[in-house]
Amino acid sequence: MIRLSILLFGIIATFVIAMFGLTIVPKFFIDEGVREPTYLTSFEITEGHRIFVREGCIYCHSKQVRPEGFGADFERGWGRASLPTDYRNLLPHNLGTMRTGPDLANIGARQPSRDWHYLNLYQPRAINEKSIMPPFPWLFEVYSERARPGRDGLSLPEQYRIPGMKVLPADEARYLATYLISLVQESTGTE
Amino acid sequence: MKKENIKPVDPGNNPSPHYSVSELDRKARFVVLFLIMSGVFWLLLGTLLALLASVKMHLPEFLGNAGWLTFGRVRPLHLNTVVYGWSSLTGAGVALWILSRLLKIPIQLRGYILVAGVIWNISLFVGSIQILAGFSRGIEWLEFPVSTMVAMVLCVIIISASVMQMIIMRNVKQLYVSVWYILAAFLWFPLLGLVSSLPVFDTPTVQAGMNWWYAHNALGLWFTPICLAAAYYFIPKVLGRPIYSYGLSLLGFWGLALFYNWNGFHHLIGSPLPTWFVTISISASVMMVIPVVVVAVNHHMTVVGSFKAVKYSPTLRFVVFAAMSYTFVSLQGSMQSLRSVNEVIHFTHFVAAHAHIGMYAFVSMMLFGACYYIIPRITLREWHSKSLIKWHFWLTAIGIIIYVGALQFIGLFQGWSMNNPDVPFTDTVTMTIPYLVARSASGILMGAGHLIFAWLLIKMVFRTSEQPAGAQVLDNIRKEFTV
Repeated sequence: MIRLSILLFGIIATFVIAMFGLTIVPKFFIDEGVREPTYLTSFEITEGHRIFVREGCIYCHSKQVRPEGFGADFERGWGRASLPTDYRNLLPHNLGTMRTGPDLANIGARQPSRDWHYLNLYQPRAINEKSIMPPFPWLFEVYSERARPGRDGLSLPEQYRIPGMKVLPADEARYLATYLISLVQESTGTE
Repeated sequence: MKKENIKPVDPGNNPSPHYSVSELDRKARFVVLFLIMSGVFWLLLGTLLALLASVKMHLPEFLGNAGWLTFGRVRPLHLNTVVYGWSSLTGAGVALWILSRLLKIPIQLRGYILVAGVIWNISLFVGSIQILAGFSRGIEWLEFPVSTMVAMVLCVIIISASVMQMIIMRNVKQLYVSVWYILAAFLWFPLLGLVSSLPVFDTPTVQAGMNWWYAHNALGLWFTPICLAAAYYFIPKVLGRPIYSYGLSLLGFWGLALFYNWNGFHHLIGSPLPTWFVTISISASVMMVIPVVVVAVNHHMTVVGSFKAVKYSPTLRFVVFAAMSYTFVSLQGSMQSLRSVNEVIHFTHFVAAHAHIGMYAFVSMMLFGACYYIIPRITLREWHSKSLIKWHFWLTAIGIIIYVGALQFIGLFQGWSMNNPDVPFTDTVTMTIPYLVARSASGILMGAGHLIFAWLLIKMVFRTSEQPAGAQVLDNIRKEFTV
């Protein structure tokens, strides 16, 4: 019976030690610096983040910049290396592990135009015909040309236009674009 | 340790604690079949989702207007169904059967396990709908919302209770190495699941740490021990010779327990987490070479000289393929954790392929092999067709080899191009497309293999000829549940 108790002890001990080492200890080191609510996260950004998570953007776009000299993140204009304080306390974390598409940590600096984001979300191939990003038409509303006078629809290329109709961003597209434009990582960071 | 004094609860019909093998298998039948068959259901669904996600990678407009089938929802659901559905349910069934045989005691708490299994399946259904409807938790490997995850973990805890009870009430003196691994798996996974659901990881980078600690351990501390237990059981069993070395088994087990726990942060190389945490994980990942090589030597020395048996035994064919994949994937993993290698392959398809060697070429193939051994023994029927089993093996083996070959080859070039700022980013995407098509093709091969497996299973379980009459079936089931 001693054997079994050693086994049980070893199994639990190896687990608990590593659990502390990899989850609790980092918490003590990192939490302190990011706890202070120095960011004013607006409703639109929070909602945009929620939609970003819901549509699973993270499975193709990382949101972490590697330090200069490690990979070519900096040279590609993806911003300076990410810091724990860059993440605005928005959960889940969205660091990502895949770059089927480019990193988004600094997308707001590279593409500050709302219209660019609307077009890219509605039909990515309207911007880059080689893109393999999925379209997100359900974030948009299609109206008759005559409806909502004064609001222009997305300026889509000929083949993506719907005759007699115009495409307008719905609330969700606006939130998501606001969130994406808010992602800027150019300055030296707030430490 | 007071529990030892409690007499086994086995009144009346079987006062002697000596069970015959057929008795053990008869009592295991319903529970194990239920777990395996519901696992296979999730395998088929997971394969369908995988194909959908794979095709969407090179045909982005395919079903492009259906929000609930967008890539970002289908791909995580594929992972969750094959991980928590197929691999976990079937793995639990296989583990329980192996334990029952090794400890010479019927599976305990069978009624409770059945209830837990039903709840587990319901949780998977609810979780699947939640992900497709956009309520994902958004953390890789933990996409099910916390409530769903906790419900599932509680089901595993019930099975863990059965495992503990079987070990305490066992009718053998020694604990064979497979038992250590299974006991560890059933203690580690509930802990992992519960800790990952705690609301204390409430800042993004800390949550990222928890995320990869969990995700890597789900493979390393749940699927790996169950599948190594299966390898340690089936290789000597099929060959009829003992495992090569007890000492190596011991070293392999404790090496895994010591080092695997610490591996998670090698997924975060280059991330904003403090470098020294990452360095700890890199060293632990390199240390994993020890238990991996030890287990490989132990298995190899057991098989050596009887390699011909691989030709005749479908179980051994799958199990040996899986065991070799384990060695390969683990050594590759240790390599990948090195900073210089990680700089290239991180963020590319190379890693996706690596994960599939782990979860498919190792875990799934091991479970297939185990099923081919277990199911005839618990149903007392023969497999319908030998050649179909061969087809299953070759379709899945060739499928996964194409998958891994294509994606790891292009993954390297993708990584090199990504690290060369003169190459436009779009080129790193377009260069992968032929290989993404190859992946879809490999998915069709593997999917065909799964359909054959499901067909063989259904044919066996629901065969009407030689089926005992209805009353007798009921009687048999009643006997299984008489405690």
